[in-house]
Amino acid sequence: MTFSEYLLLFAGMGAVTYLPRALPLIYLAHKKMPQWLIDWLGLIPVAVLSALLAPSLFSATPDRHLDLGRPELLVALPTLLFALKTRSLGGTVLLGMLLYWLAGLYF
Amino acid sequence: MQGRLEDALFYCIMTKNKVKNALRQGSRTAWPICLGYFPIGLALGVLAQQAGIPWWAVALMSLLVFAGSAQFICVAMLTSGASLAAIIFTTFVVNLRHTLMSSALAVYLIGVPRRFLALFAYGITDESFAVNMVRFRSGEWDRWKALVVNHLANLVWLMATVTGSLVGQFVPRGAFGIDYALTGMFICLLVFQLQGRIYLITAMIAALVSVCWYLLIPGDSYIVGASVCAATAGYFIQRRYRSRK
Repeated sequence: MTFSEYLLLFAGMGAVTYLPRALPLIYLAHKKMPQWLIDWLGLIPVAVLSALLAPSLFSATPDRHLDLGRPELLVALPTLLFALKTRSLGGTVLLGMLLYWLAGLYF
Repeated sequence: MQGRLEDALFYCIMTKNKVKNALRQGSRTAWPICLGYFPIGLALGVLAQQAGIPWWAVALMSLLVFAGSAQFICVAMLTSGASLAAIIFTTFVVNLRHTLMSSALAVYLIGVPRRFLALFAYGITDESFAVNMVRFRSGEWDRWKALVVNHLANLVWLMATVTGSLVGQFVPRGAFGIDYALTGMFICLLVFQLQGRIYLITAMIAALVSVCWYLLIPGDSYIVGASVCAATAGYFIQRRYRSRK
């Protein structure tokens, strides 16, 4: 691909990445939001993160079958406990990578 | 005259301290994200190199499209020969979840100038969003520190992806558990959000709904779909519980 093709692709991707991030913020920050919306939005972070995470643990990506014995899930348990105990983002990432690497070597 | 000069001097020092403070606290909060971004960015760069994408294109992509998952999908789609329109449309769908995050952040950025918001919005990712929300909720945060978090994370992401594309040929596949960096980050960010029983309940509903949705419906609608379902269910449970008290 040429430079201008890459530029066209990434500019297009950039626009559809930026607008969903910018428009709600710019619109809502200058509106008086009702309390129910504030309460509802307060539950969005936990819901989004859980929805991003759970399918990657319980199901293999290409064929989408439920699988409770994947190394992703087995490694997630000690990693979760470590995160609850230490609340360290960097440490959790490193421990998860280490355990996943070891799991790949031994299973 | 002298008084005004002193005022100006005083103001200068105050601003300088404020900037320093924002930089220090922002970077302290951002570094764990950066630590997580580095292996993921490397992995993306390596994959891009193996797909034959030059390093300058990787840099351009990380600059214009600061969105890890969309970038991974873009590399995979380019490898499989997808059209540009298909890649852009997929990016749009995958990044729709950020409308939810952007709306949730608006609660803490009421009345902030639009110019600042336009700059801030560029750096809203799953990770910076999760960290900034926890800080905003605890009341110890302001928009400048949040801005530092967003843009430091972007800088590290840019460097990591370019580095990955430069050293890609020397890195064996799946080395050092790189594939798990993102999962590890999500696990800890989720833990940060569990600040009470209603959050735990919402997380469990989201996990259940997203897994079912993912298994039954092709595509990526499960992220936004399950998030909206779980937050709505959580909201009604919370309201019911409150009214009973």
